Amino acid sequence: MYTISNRLKIASIILMVLGAIGIGIGFGSSPSTAEEAKEMIASHGEGHGDAHAENVTEHHGVAESHHGNAEAHGDSEAHHDSSHDEHLLHQLQNRPWAAVYVAAFFFFMIALGVLAFNAIQRAAQAGWSPLLFRVMEGITSYLVPGGIIMFVLLACSVAHLNHLFVWMDPEVVAHDELIQGKSGFLNGTFFLIRAVIFLAGWIFYREYSRKLSLAQDEASDDSNFLKNFRASAAFLVFYLVTESMMSWDWIMSVDPHWFSTLFGWYIFASMFVSGITVIAMVTIYLKSKGLLQDVNDSHIHDLAKFMFGISIFWTYLWFSQFMLIWYSNIPEEVTYYVTRIADFKLPFFGMIVMNFLFPVLLLINSDYKRLNWFVIMAGVVILGGHYLDIFNAIMPSTVGDQWFIGIPEIGSVLFFAGIFIFWIFRALSKAPLQPKRNPFIEESKHFHY
Amino acid sequence: MASKVIHALYTDDDVLMHAVKKVKEAKHHIEEVYCPFPVHGLDKAMGLAPTRIAITAFIYGCIGLAVATTMMNFIMIEDWPQDIGGKPSFSYLENMPAFVPIMFELTVFFAAHLMVITFYMRSKLWPFKEAENPDKRTTDDHFLMEIEIHNNEDELWQLLAETGAVEINISEK
Repeated sequence: MYTISNRLKIASIILMVLGAIGIGIGFGSSPSTAEEAKEMIASHGEGHGDAHAENVTEHHGVAESHHGNAEAHGDSEAHHDSSHDEHLLHQLQNRPWAAVYVAAFFFFMIALGVLAFNAIQRAAQAGWSPLLFRVMEGITSYLVPGGIIMFVLLACSVAHLNHLFVWMDPEVVAHDELIQGKSGFLNGTFFLIRAVIFLAGWIFYREYSRKLSLAQDEASDDSNFLKNFRASAAFLVFYLVTESMMSWDWIMSVDPHWFSTLFGWYIFASMFVSGITVIAMVTIYLKSKGLLQDVNDSHIHDLAKFMFGISIFWTYLWFSQFMLIWYSNIPEEVTYYVTRIADFKLPFFGMIVMNFLFPVLLLINSDYKRLNWFVIMAGVVILGGHYLDIFNAIMPSTVGDQWFIGIPEIGSVLFFAGIFIFWIFRALSKAPLQPKRNPFIEESKHFHY
Repeated sequence: MASKVIHALYTDDDVLMHAVKKVKEAKHHIEEVYCPFPVHGLDKAMGLAPTRIAITAFIYGCIGLAVATTMMNFIMIEDWPQDIGGKPSFSYLENMPAFVPIMFELTVFFAAHLMVITFYMRSKLWPFKEAENPDKRTTDDHFLMEIEIHNNEDELWQLLAETGAVEINISEK
């Protein structure tokens, strides 16, 4: 039996408190009126603001002499200015919300990725992984709190507490025929109903599989194992459909004018690789504490191979999506990447380095995949890269060029990291770390590559 | 130089593995082991050095990537930068997504083919090469261990007989 150490408990609580303070500062410092928003931007970068202002006056002057109709021009300028400020206000107000949303989804998707991995291992009857089942089950326990938080955030959006999803704003929809055409799918009620169905299905499988897994330890036959096998196979079918729809709902719909067919797969690859990385990290941590005695370097090697392979898979999907849109350059699709490359250059391309180049060069060597500290190091970079991936998916349509990785973003990550660590290690301490009667457990103990 | 070798034949890979370990323990140099199929762990038991073919493949892949990049940079950007369907041929980087499929394929092509050729050369395999199996049964269901004799014929015979060899022959090489 594993007992959560006091140091880990205190560390996770400190993370939560620090994170909560960061989130609080984020909400506290977001502007409530357009004037405030303008002031914030003006005081933000004096040099930038000055240059901008100069530009405007110059432009203004030229336009004036050209038209000789200062009054009309002034009018249009004022109008343009106010709509611009309104836009800015929304972006700045969105920032703390988006920061929380990105972090909440990031940690939730780790748990969901692990759930998928767990189901695949069970459905494939893998011989190497049964030793890691309890670790996986521990991580998937975060589905419940994480799912509730996600649902509350989505409900907040539907209740118009924020502007994360532009299609939820009836005023926007009234003037937007494109969104009107999609309102059969994109409407608040149906959106929440879908979220409930997805979350209920995932959490139900998680709890059911966990129950069977624990029951198998005490059973005298393999009926629980068989039931779990069937449930996992069925879950994978359910998961593929719901995960795809979830990615349209929770991520793609922040930009309701844009669509991509392989988006569901792309988000799946991101969650799958982050999930596997976290399995490897938690396993290495528990092993370093002297628990999980039977887990050897070959198990870590296998997980690292998965991290390597799925990182490449993610890149393949990322590139396929990017290249098809870049190549055909259809205006209605390409704006997605135009805004990202214009305003998010560093996170957008930095993510490719972290999620592809780094794992490919570091994890290609078989000896390195057996070095625990090496896997941890690569894992930290991969997780950072996939946080950026979700960041790049949500931020451009919610905060636009007002993005920054500052107190609200780091605070949210710390807060959810705290909950995540606390919850999964609490779940890990609830059952023995090694399954007893799994039919493949002996094979797993002697697994050797 | 006429040297004599001793051939011990086995019919089971487990027995062979034990025999190899025993012969290694007695500090005899095993010249060669002939098997009809790969025996897992035999290289480790014989103390063979790990293969470096993966390292060569990595280098070949890098060469392939360099070839692809140089080729397309010269053809598409430097030599005749045409406007083909509005693709930006001003610099390699600007038009890179269009080149990635070729860069990828050439990397794989070079890595795979040059590695295979390296394998053939290092293991001296080519068409019309004369087969080197000392006993035809080693391609079907027998394993054969070959040890060179240095005036220790009886001792070796004794040792190999104890390891469960089904047949022991001494031949000139």
